[in-house]
Amino acid sequence: MTNAILAADAVVKSFGPTKALDGASMSVRPGEVVAVMGPSGSGKSTLLHCLAGIIKPDRGRVIYDGRDLGAMPDVPRSALRRTEFGFVFQFGQLVPELTCVENVALPLRLGGRKRRDAEAKAREWLTRLEVDDVAPKRPGEVSGGQGQRVAVARALVTAPKVIFADEPTGALDSLNGEHVMRLLTEAAKESGAAVILVTHEARVAAYSDREVVVRDGRTREVAFA
Amino acid sequence: MSVGHTLLGLLEHGPRHGYDLKRAYDEHFGQDRPLHYGQVYATLSRLLKNGLIEESGVEQGGGPDRKRYAVTAEGVTDVERWLSTPEKPALYLQSTLYTKVVIALMSARDAEDVLDSQRAAHLDTMRELTARKARGDLSDQLICDHALFHLEADLRWLELTAARLTELRKQVRP
Repeated sequence: MTNAILAADAVVKSFGPTKALDGASMSVRPGEVVAVMGPSGSGKSTLLHCLAGIIKPDRGRVIYDGRDLGAMPDVPRSALRRTEFGFVFQFGQLVPELTCVENVALPLRLGGRKRRDAEAKAREWLTRLEVDDVAPKRPGEVSGGQGQRVAVARALVTAPKVIFADEPTGALDSLNGEHVMRLLTEAAKESGAAVILVTHEARVAAYSDREVVVRDGRTREVAFA
Repeated sequence: MSVGHTLLGLLEHGPRHGYDLKRAYDEHFGQDRPLHYGQVYATLSRLLKNGLIEESGVEQGGGPDRKRYAVTAEGVTDVERWLSTPEKPALYLQSTLYTKVVIALMSARDAEDVLDSQRAAHLDTMRELTARKARGDLSDQLICDHALFHLEADLRWLELTAARLTELRKQVRP
């Protein structure tokens, strides 16, 4: 696809004798939300991990902004993940010892930003995600929906080019799930970030611009926006 | 959707004439399928005949006089019975889509294509409903949610059928 910021091209990945991906291809453009759907064990999370440069494909390529992620050494690949990518997981994965504002500021602090600057930026995002009141609380003291909005704020705080969301509403009820999806997709659209959204829930996928279906490690792109 | 019961329910708020009822119906329930005037007056005529509504005066204006209708005690009972009786759970997909899948398998066509194109169509509709929810008020949101949950159920059936195609193929093409 033209103008893609991130693309997987015929990616193959095995874990021992199990072939998780068997020639999977997909791409995403800036500002686009693409849902990756498929049954459990179809390979959709492995595809997300390959696209995010967390694991390297056995064969095929993952191209981000003209660079082959599989050919990059570990250190610059990790730095790229920290600065250009944002991540939202099913269970937030916030650091329990830190307050919510410290959690959101963490990616900026790891990038060398001073505490005051980083936390000011973090507070902006917490306000944007409508959870500014939980800033001084620890993750264990907030609800699941609030925690997931904190996680979205943390994913967006570095102004990433691509956001990877792996079942981001999987642990939430319908209302909270919708709230998180609306805020995530609106914020991503406004900032021009692409979103790769792994989900098995059609109601969540309905927030995407188009979907890619993974079945038996292969992708089928059916509808284009 | 029982138009008669819905009109009776609207009349519980006070007497109205036919045009007013149509407007209220369309505003609350007819976004996708507004009522035709003929349907309003035919329904009112039936309700009147069955004693569920009665005439309650004529509204005079610049145009033709307009009869106003009020719900009767029998009408209120009928609305209560309607509200307390659950709807028969409807089966949506098994007829047409199941037939398409089986025909595709029987004729050695790609049944997965049938399911995938249906999934794409369903998701497109779900995107439209999701966008409409974002723009709409609470009524819009609740109406769209109902449609979304039904479409989601259909999609789960599509996924399950996709996972069972090999098995189904053996059954329909022994």
